[in-house]
Amino acid sequence: MGNVIGIGAAPKRKEDQRFLTGRGNYVSDIKRPGMAAGVFVRSPHGHAVLRGIDKSAALAAPGVIAVLTGDDVADDGLGSLPCGWGITDAKGVPMKEPPFPMLAQDKVRFVGDLVAFVVAETVEQANVAAELLKVDYEVLPSVVGVLEAVRPDAPQLFDDVPNNICCDWELGDKAAVENAFKKAAHVAKLSLVNNRLIGNPMEPRAAIAEYEPGTDRTTLWTTSQFPHVVRFLMGALVLNIPQHKLRVVAPDVGGGFGVKQFHYGEEAVITWAAKRVRRPVKWVASRSEGYVSDRHGRDHVTEAELALDETGKFLAFRVNTLANMGGYLSTFGPNIPTNLYGPLLGGVYTTPAIYCNVKVVFTNTVPVDAYRGAGRPEATFVLERIVDVAAAEMGIDRVELRRRNMIPKEAYPYQTPVLVQYDSGDPMGCLDGALAAADVKNFGVRKAASASKGKFRGLGYSTYVEACGLAPSRFAGRLGARGGLYESATVRVHPTGQVTVMIGTHNHGQGHETTFAQIVSDKLGVAFENVDIVFGDTDRVQFGMGTYGSRSLVVGGAALSKATDKVIAKGKKIAAHLLEAAEVDIQFESGKFSVAGTDRAKSFEEIAGAAYVPHDYPLEVLEPGLEEQAYYDPVNFTYPGGCHIAEVEVDPETGTVTLVNYTAVDDVGTVINPMIVEGQLHGGIVQGVGQALFENAVYDEGSGQLLSGSLMDYCMPRADHLPMMKVATHSTLCTHTPMGVKGCGEVGTIGSPAAVINAVVDALSHLGVTHVDMPATPNRIWRLLQNASLPVAAE
Amino acid sequence: MQISFTLNGRPTTVEVEPATLVAELLREQLNLTGTHIGCDTSQCGACVVHLDGLPVKSCTLLAPALDGATLLTIEGLQGAPGSNRMHPMQEAFREHHGLQCGFCTPGMLMTAVALATEKPDLTEADVRHGLEGNICRCTGYQNIVVSVMAGAAAMNAAKGE
Ligand code: FES
Ligand code: FES
Repeated sequence: MGNVIGIGAAPKRKEDQRFLTGRGNYVSDIKRPGMAAGVFVRSPHGHAVLRGIDKSAALAAPGVIAVLTGDDVADDGLGSLPCGWGITDAKGVPMKEPPFPMLAQDKVRFVGDLVAFVVAETVEQANVAAELLKVDYEVLPSVVGVLEAVRPDAPQLFDDVPNNICCDWELGDKAAVENAFKKAAHVAKLSLVNNRLIGNPMEPRAAIAEYEPGTDRTTLWTTSQFPHVVRFLMGALVLNIPQHKLRVVAPDVGGGFGVKQFHYGEEAVITWAAKRVRRPVKWVASRSEGYVSDRHGRDHVTEAELALDETGKFLAFRVNTLANMGGYLSTFGPNIPTNLYGPLLGGVYTTPAIYCNVKVVFTNTVPVDAYRGAGRPEATFVLERIVDVAAAEMGIDRVELRRRNMIPKEAYPYQTPVLVQYDSGDPMGCLDGALAAADVKNFGVRKAASASKGKFRGLGYSTYVEACGLAPSRFAGRLGARGGLYESATVRVHPTGQVTVMIGTHNHGQGHETTFAQIVSDKLGVAFENVDIVFGDTDRVQFGMGTYGSRSLVVGGAALSKATDKVIAKGKKIAAHLLEAAEVDIQFESGKFSVAGTDRAKSFEEIAGAAYVPHDYPLEVLEPGLEEQAYYDPVNFTYPGGCHIAEVEVDPETGTVTLVNYTAVDDVGTVINPMIVEGQLHGGIVQGVGQALFENAVYDEGSGQLLSGSLMDYCMPRADHLPMMKVATHSTLCTHTPMGVKGCGEVGTIGSPAAVINAVVDALSHLGVTHVDMPATPNRIWRLLQNASLPVAAE
Repeated sequence: MQISFTLNGRPTTVEVEPATLVAELLREQLNLTGTHIGCDTSQCGACVVHLDGLPVKSCTLLAPALDGATLLTIEGLQGAPGSNRMHPMQEAFREHHGLQCGFCTPGMLMTAVALATEKPDLTEADVRHGLEGNICRCTGYQNIVVSVMAGAAAMNAAKGE
C-alpha cells in the first residue's frame, strides 16, 4: 500500500533520485562495445563555394576509419534535411525551399555548416585527422543581418531565392487596418530588434549510432525532444531506413528549450556513418560547437504602429517584420515568425483590426528555429512595448491604458481578428493580482530611496497571452504543417495493479515522471510509487510527437487521461461480470469498482488480476488483459496568459541594470503539481530576463563569424544576477482539455522580456528615453545615458 | 603514467596520459559519469568535484595533479558505498525542487556542499555569489538558492548531533 497522490498535490519528483546521485543516463554517458569516435569538420567561413576536398592526408592519419563528405552523401543517393512546415505568401505561392544537405555539397552557408565527418578509434585521433582534411574554399562575402540581406546588392545564398526572401507572408485585414489608421486620434510608432539568442541547454548535443548486421536494425541514441519525429524524418525522408528497422532513443536529456526539437544533420550523418563503418559511432558536441550548430532563436527587426482613438482605445495594429532564418530552413523554422507570431499580436486586447507582414529571410548564420516561447515572446514584446509607448505619448497611465483595452473575463470565448479564438482567460484578474503582489502602490517610496542613492528605479508591465499545446492537426495542416500534432499514451496495468505508462512526450526537466504519475494515481486510485512513466524510446513507446510548445501536459496529458478512462471503462465491464451486476450500475471511485447502492466491490488490483488470470471472466465478450491506448488531437490551442511586473534599478555611473523585484501572476489552467509549475515559471522567467538583460548572439557582417561563440562571450544569467521572484497562479480553466490544463513551460519566457525592458525604459524615461533594444547591457545603457547627456554624478 | 589517489574513499591507481583531464578520466576511464561536461571554457561548473576538500572544475585539472590527493565526486557524496541515504544537501535539493533536467545538478551539489562547509551560516547573497561559477539553464536558480540554504542548515544540524 502506498499513497494515492492527487491532482493539485506536490509530491517530490520521482526522477530526482538518479539525478541527485549522479546516476542519470545522458547520451554522452553511454558506451557501446567497439565504439568509435566521430568528429565533424565545419565550415570556418560564413559563405563560400566548396571547390573540393582532399581526404588523403586525413585518411592516412593514425586510427582513422572513415572520412565522409557531401560527395559520399550524393553517391549514396541520400535525401536532405526536410523542413516540417511549408508556408505560403499572400498570393498562395509556396515558400522557397532550397535543399539542406546533411553534409555541404556545392557551398557552405554559415560558419559551422557541416562539411565532413571523420571517424577514428579515438576522439583525439579523429581531431588530428580533421585538421589534416584539405578543404578548398572560394570565400564569398557573407550577409548576416536581415536589413542587409534584402538589399538588391546583397550576397545571394541561393540562385533561385531572389533577395534572399524565402517567403513574404502576411496575416490580417490590410484594408481594414488602413481605414482605422485614417480615423485614429493618435498613432504610436516603434522600431525594434528582437535579439538573436542561443539556447544553451546545459547538456551539449550528442549522438551514438549502432548498426546490427544480424537484424539489419539501427539504433540512434540522441539528445532529442522528439525521438519518434527524428525516426520518421530521418528514416523515411533522409536515409531511407524502414521505420521498423530504426530505433531512436532519447534517454535523459539535459534541457532542450526548443534547441533539441529539430532533426539535425549530425544525427543523420552519424546514423549513416555507423552502418557504413559497421561500428557504433559516438559524437559529443563541445559547447563552442553548439554555438555554431544548435539552432538559434528570435532575430527579428520590426516596425510597428498602433492606432488609438482619443480615449486610448486601440483601433488597429500594424506590424512589419523581417525574420532571420539563417542559412537553411530548419525543421520548424518558417513556422515560428509567421504562424506562431502573427496570431499572437492580438494579445489580451480588443484591437479590432490587425495586419502583419513578415518577410522570412535567408542569411549566412546558423539556422533559426523554435526557442522557448518561439514566436510568442516576439509578438508579446512588440505589443507590450508599443502599448507603453502609446501610453507615454498620450499621457495615459500604462496600467489604465491596458485596462481600457483588455478583453473582459465575460467576453470569453473571444475571437481575435488574427485567426485564433481564446477559450478562457482573465487578464484583468491576473493584472490585479500582480499589482497587489508587486506592491505597486509603494513603488514611489522605493523609487525615492533609489534616487537618494543616485540610482534610477523603474517599473515595467507585461500583460500577455500565449498559444500553446499546438494545435488541432487539421488547423495546423491548413497553416502548412507537414505532420500531425496529436499525442499518444498507453496505460499498461500489470496483473498486480501496478502501472506502466508509455507516452509520446519527452521529459527533459519538466517532471513528467512525476506529473503524469500523479494523473494516473489520481484517476485510478493507484499508489503514486506504483506508476512508472516510459518515454523517449521508439521501441518502447508506440508513437509520439515529443515535447515542445508547452504541449506535454496539454496534449500528452489529455491522451493519458483518455487512455486512463478507457482502462476504467474496461475495468467496469470486468467488474460487472465478477459482481454479477449490470455494467451501468458499476461505479469506480477511490480505486474501487462497486455496484451502486451496495457494498459489493472489487479493488482495482482484483480487477487487474482477473484481467490477466481470466478464470472467471467473460471471455466471449471481453478480451483478457488491461492495457489501453489513446491518441488525442487537440480541439484548439490553449491560451495561458498573465501579468508580469519587473522592477529594476539603473546605476547611471556604470549603466548597469539590476533586476530588483519580479512578480508574475500566470493563468496556466488547472495546476497538477504546483511545485513543478512554479519551477517552470522560475526557469522561464529567467530565460526571458536573460534575453532582456544579458544574452545576444552577435555576428560579424561581411565575414559571417559568430563573435559570441562561447560561454566567455555570451552572457548567461547566473545566480547573482537575480532577485527572489514572486510567482503565483490565477487560473481560469481551459474549456476543451480534459483536465482544464493550459500549459506552463513557456509562459515565463513569453511574459518577461517586455516587462524588464518596459521597466528599464521607465527608469530612464525622465531623460527622454523611449525605447531600449535588448539586451540592456551596461554598455548599451551607458551610451544611451551619454547621449541623453544627463546630469550624472549628482554628488 | 601511473597515479594513485583516494577516490570517494577508496584507494585508486590508474594509468593516465599526462594530458588527460580529470573530468575525462572520471567519465571515460572510471565510468563515473555523474561528473558532467557542459562547456569547454571553464564557465559552467557542471564538472565540479572536491580535490582535497576544495571544489575544483575537473574539466580544467590535469589528471597527474591527482597523484596522492583525495577526490570526491557526486557518486561519493551520499556516504557509505551502497548506502541509499542521501547527503543532506541532496535531500534539500529534492525537497525544494532545486533541479529540473539534472544536468547541472552534480556540479551544483558539489559547489553547494563546499560553500556550506566553508561558511555554515550562509545568507542568500552568499549563496548567489558562491554559485557564480555554476550555470543552470532550467531552474532560474531560485529553488537552487533555497535548496542550498536549507541543505546548509541541515548539514549544520547534523554536525551538532
Ligand atoms: S565543464 Fe567544467 S566548467 Fe564547464
Ligand atoms: S537543472 Fe537543468 S541545467 Fe540545471
